[in-house]
Amino acid sequence: MTMENYRIDPNKGLEFGIYTLGDHLPDPLTGERISAEQRIHEIIEYAKLADQVGIDFFSVGESHQEYFATQAHAVVLGAIAQATKQIKIGSTSTIISTSDPVRVYENFATIDLISGGRAEIICGRASRVGLFDLLGYNLRDYEELYEEKFDLLLQINKQNVIDWEGKFRAPLKHAEVLPRPKNGSLPIWRAVGGTPASAIKAGYAGVPMFMAHLGGPAAAFKQTIDAYRHAARAQGFDPSELPVTTAGFFFAADTAKEALRELYPRINEGMKRTNGQGFPKQLFAQGTDPHSIINIGSPQQIIEKILYQHEVFGNQRYIAQIDFGGMPFENVMKNIEIIGSEILPAIRKYTQTNKKVQE
Amino acid sequence: MKIVGLSGSRVGSKTRTAMDYALKVINENYPDVDASLIDLADYEVQFSDGRNYLEYEGDTQRVAKAIMEADALIIGTPIFQASIPATLKNIFDLLPVNAFRDKVVSMMVTAGSPKHYLVAEQQLKPILAYMKAQMVQTYVFIEEKDFIRKQIVNDDILFRIDRLVEDTVLMTKTYTKLREEKEKEYGF
Repeated sequence: MTMENYRIDPNKGLEFGIYTLGDHLPDPLTGERISAEQRIHEIIEYAKLADQVGIDFFSVGESHQEYFATQAHAVVLGAIAQATKQIKIGSTSTIISTSDPVRVYENFATIDLISGGRAEIICGRASRVGLFDLLGYNLRDYEELYEEKFDLLLQINKQNVIDWEGKFRAPLKHAEVLPRPKNGSLPIWRAVGGTPASAIKAGYAGVPMFMAHLGGPAAAFKQTIDAYRHAARAQGFDPSELPVTTAGFFFAADTAKEALRELYPRINEGMKRTNGQGFPKQLFAQGTDPHSIINIGSPQQIIEKILYQHEVFGNQRYIAQIDFGGMPFENVMKNIEIIGSEILPAIRKYTQTNKKVQE
Repeated sequence: MKIVGLSGSRVGSKTRTAMDYALKVINENYPDVDASLIDLADYEVQFSDGRNYLEYEGDTQRVAKAIMEADALIIGTPIFQASIPATLKNIFDLLPVNAFRDKVVSMMVTAGSPKHYLVAEQQLKPILAYMKAQMVQTYVFIEEKDFIRKQIVNDDILFRIDRLVEDTVLMTKTYTKLREEKEKEYGF
C-alpha cells in the first residue's frame, strides 16, 4: 500500500480535518443539553459546512455510553456521505474489537459508494470500555479481539475472496465480502493513544496511524511518531509511504484568552462526565504556548502552531476537535468558517512544497 | 469541604477505631466539613480490571466515586505482611493515575509492632505521590498497646490524631484557596 492507496497526495500539503466524538453533553455555561436528534443534525451541518469551505476530512466517533449520541456512527456517516460532495469522511474511531469486521466493511464500502469514493475506516481499541458489557464481549480479550478483528478487516480490504479462521468469529470459506469500495480498497488506519507502546503496534502492522493527543509539548508526541516509523521500518515497510494523522483540541477566537474561556470549561466539565476526571487548568493554561499541542488561540497563532507541529511530526493530516462538551452550534460553525477562510489557505501555502515525510 | 475517611482493611478493629475517633474530631470541631467514613469491611469491592472507575457497578463504583469527589482523604491502614493490605492497594488500582490531583491525603497507620513504622513512609507515600496527592507528611502510627477493648487509651495518640485532623483541614483550606487564586489569575 502506498500514499496513493490511502488517498493522500503529499504534494498538496498538510490535510486538515475535523472530528467529533459524537459526545452529547450539556453546555456547562448554560447547563442546557440539546436533544440527541438535534445533536446529530448539527454534526451533519458541521460536515456540510466543512465540505463547502474546502476542509479535507470529517469524521465521527463511536462510544457506547451515557453522554454520547453517535453509537451508530456508520449511519451518521451515511447521512454525511449523502449531504456532502468533496470532503473525505471517516470514523474516529470504529471500535473493531466489539464489531464484526465483515459488517463494518460492508457498511464502510457502502458509505464509500454513496460518497463516490470518500470513505475511510479508523479502528480503535476503545478508551471507554463499557461497550464490552453492552455488546457481550469479555474485557479480558481486549487486546486479542482488536488484533484479530483488525487483521481480518485488513484482509477483507485486500482480497475479494477470503478464507479465514480465528477465535472470535465464525470461519470464512471462500467468502466474498460485498459491496466492494469504489476504487478497490479503503484507507484503513489504526487509532493510537499518545504513547509509543501503542504506536509501535501500528508500525509493526505497516498500517497508517491516527494519533490522538490531549495536551503537552509537541516534542513529547514526536517520540511516539518516531517509534511508529522505526517499528515500521524494522518490519520492512517504508515509512514514507505510511501517512500519519494527528488529532486534538482546537479553538480559534480573536485572542488566546477568549479561546481559553470558550474551550476550557467545556473540555473540563465534559471530561469529568465522560472520563471521571477534569482537565487541570494549569496544564490547559500551557496550551497557548507555541510549542504546545493544543491548537488554541487567534487564527494566526493557530496557523503557526499547526505549521510547527507539521515540521516536528512530518504528518500528512491534522484533525481538529472543536465541538466537545456542549460547545454551542454557532461557535463551532464560526470556527469552521475561520478554518476555511484564514487557516486553510495559510497552511496550504506553506506546506504544499513540503513533499518528504520526515524521518 | 468534603473529607472521606477510608478504613483500608477488612480485618480487625484497630484501624476502624482510630478512624471513628478521627471522624468524631472532625464532626465536633468542623461543622462546615462534610465528613464521611468508608470502612472497606462494609463494602463488597471487586478487584480492579482496568476499566474507568465510572464503569464499575455497585459498591465498587460507590466507593470509587466517593473518593474521587472528596477534597481530602484520611487513609487509615493496618500493616499486613510488612506492607499495606491488598484491600487498600486495590482501591488505588481502581482509580485513575492522577486520581489524587488537588486532593489532600493524610494517613493513620495501625500495627502490631513498632518495627513497621517505616512501611507507610516507604510503601504508602510513594503511591500517593505518584497519584499526585498533596500529602500531610506526618502520619499517626498506632500500636496494639495503645488500644484496649476498641478504645484508644494513649493520650499521646489522641493528641496526635487531633493534630492530624487539624493539619488535614488546614492544608485542604490553604491549598484550595491558593489554587483558586492562581486559577483566577489565568483569566479563563
